Amino acid sequence: MQSYTGADIIITLLERQGIKTIAGIPGGANLPIYDALARNGRIRHVLARHEQGAGFIAQGMTRVSGEVQVCFATSGPGATNILTAIADARLDSIPIVCITGQVPSSLIGTDAFQEVDTYGLSIPITKHNFLVRNIAELFTVIPEAFRIAASGRPGPVLIDIPKDVQQARMEVHSWPDPGTPDKPIAPERTPLIEAAAMINASRRPILYIGGGIIASGASKALLEVCEKGSIPVTPTLMGLDAIPSDHPLNIGMLGMHAARYTNHALHACDLLIAVGSRFDDRATGRVEAFCPTARIIHVDIDPSEIDKIKPSSIGITGDARLVLEAWIPEIRKTDRSEWITEIDELRKRYPLELPGADDPMSSYGVIRHTAALLPDDAIITTDVGQHQMKVAQAYPFSTPRTWLTSGGLGTMGFGFPTAIGAALQAPDRPVVCFSGDGSFLMNIQELATLAEENLNVKVILLDNQSLGLVHQQQDLFYGSRFIAVNYPRKVDFAAIAKGFGVDALSLGEAEDPSEALAGAIQRPGPCLIHVPIDVYDKVFPMVPPGGCNTDMLTHTN
Amino acid sequence: MNTTEITNMNTILELTVANHPGVMSHVMGLFARRAFNVDSIVCMPLPGNAGLSRIWLRVQEDRRLDQMIRQIEKLIDVSEVKRHGPGHEVFTAIAPYFE
Repeated sequence: MQSYTGADIIITLLERQGIKTIAGIPGGANLPIYDALARNGRIRHVLARHEQGAGFIAQGMTRVSGEVQVCFATSGPGATNILTAIADARLDSIPIVCITGQVPSSLIGTDAFQEVDTYGLSIPITKHNFLVRNIAELFTVIPEAFRIAASGRPGPVLIDIPKDVQQARMEVHSWPDPGTPDKPIAPERTPLIEAAAMINASRRPILYIGGGIIASGASKALLEVCEKGSIPVTPTLMGLDAIPSDHPLNIGMLGMHAARYTNHALHACDLLIAVGSRFDDRATGRVEAFCPTARIIHVDIDPSEIDKIKPSSIGITGDARLVLEAWIPEIRKTDRSEWITEIDELRKRYPLELPGADDPMSSYGVIRHTAALLPDDAIITTDVGQHQMKVAQAYPFSTPRTWLTSGGLGTMGFGFPTAIGAALQAPDRPVVCFSGDGSFLMNIQELATLAEENLNVKVILLDNQSLGLVHQQQDLFYGSRFIAVNYPRKVDFAAIAKGFGVDALSLGEAEDPSEALAGAIQRPGPCLIHVPIDVYDKVFPMVPPGGCNTDMLTHTN
Repeated sequence: MNTTEITNMNTILELTVANHPGVMSHVMGLFARRAFNVDSIVCMPLPGNAGLSRIWLRVQEDRRLDQMIRQIEKLIDVSEVKRHGPGHEVFTAIAPYFE
């Protein structure tokens, strides 16, 4: 029998969970955990330059693998800094475990140095959280955190551990089993069969699918269902990589920046089959005007999502993959050529327009050119803003877990550290982060982390010297009264990247931008590719905030 | 359901929860964040079972209540939620202490 410190127990339990890489930053209140990490020597630690970066690195590892990953931060500012990445994981249902150091139990509540109520702060932005009160609790709390994060609807779990708990000692007789996800929630049979009958009887159905397809690994079952029933599919932003973009039944992303035909098709559908999607306001537009004539079948693993925004005719609580698999034998082969022809006509009338797609110096062009240089399993991350919506519109996704974007929280600064996490998880695959200058500045310090880890991450920085999507809204909806939105002082991003030790080039200065882009993408290792973009190069079409999805602003109106 | 529809009807909720210091914060925070008023609270540990407590809440019956209850049911520390009519004696029995 051996005596262990709390910190040793934490690291041993993480190792038993299969954790191989942890991103974080040490500080006063988590030093014992770091010391245990040093003594363990088998877990790789990636030192982020800001705790938010560490949180997103963990997210990147999780989003690529589907497995729970871990990040560390110290108490006080370490904890507050990492909260944004945790909140982001909550909104997008990403299972990560965040372990924060806390001041010693005896000092809690005394306004001690670097004390903040991490437990209280993290309640509304985690799936669950723990404040560990004694060393023995570690044996239940850590496996339980992993179980909770990955079970049902996944989400982040935070464990706050006071320093004295990390330093306490106890004899360990045996180790608990690692925490594993509960069995997926199987759907009830009756509503499932009723729903299948409703689908079979419908003439104009649409499958509206979201991140739940990715989380449950349901892409294959989705394809079988949609192909068997000839049912058109519209993915949300979170579901873009759930169905190949060139699949004949994929009618493109819906919502605020959808192709117009997609929103018009939804307007005309008679049955909306929502699977693993949650009627987010960016997807639905004005809810009363969303699919006004359709009945709704809503499948979600989280019962509180069903009927939350729009009442459904049939609600099914269950794992998306299990539901879709159960539907395969029940869905009748149906000829829906009339409906599909109707959508094709809408597509001809209101096509997806990507102006400049042939020009690598334009936003759509650089996205399309980059895509042409990359294999299907390349991992694409974005930040938040115009560039994000343009990648969503223009990038030809084909493989699940290749598209990592901040959907729910819309966190600028997400893309770059998430790309680092993705590259740590999948070192043999190319990782490209599309970013904007506004977003990139929010976690630019992680260039140091990237240089140090020397990962195959390319940052394609679309620089319009502005907070572009805000600029667009001020231009369109606030009488072009621009305020607090432009960065008139030009920043030499290539020089900054080089200063950190990351290779860089500016397409604006290249003789042949297309060739320069290809060279940079194909050279292994990190690189920043700077692309100057016109600030008036807007993202269209667009549903004005609060508007109905079929009333879209376009390049021409 | 986003619109508040105030009625005079009350509902009594009976929650069985894990007994540790953070539970009240989890439960009450959920109501507070959604600006959902709880007008009465009673909480005591359950006898004979060191790990469980019961929380009784009197809340206004409005259109958001179903969603509210589903959210409470998702809390890891809440093992059961029961819904009772407004006349439940738990609050009438302690009413004399509030005179």
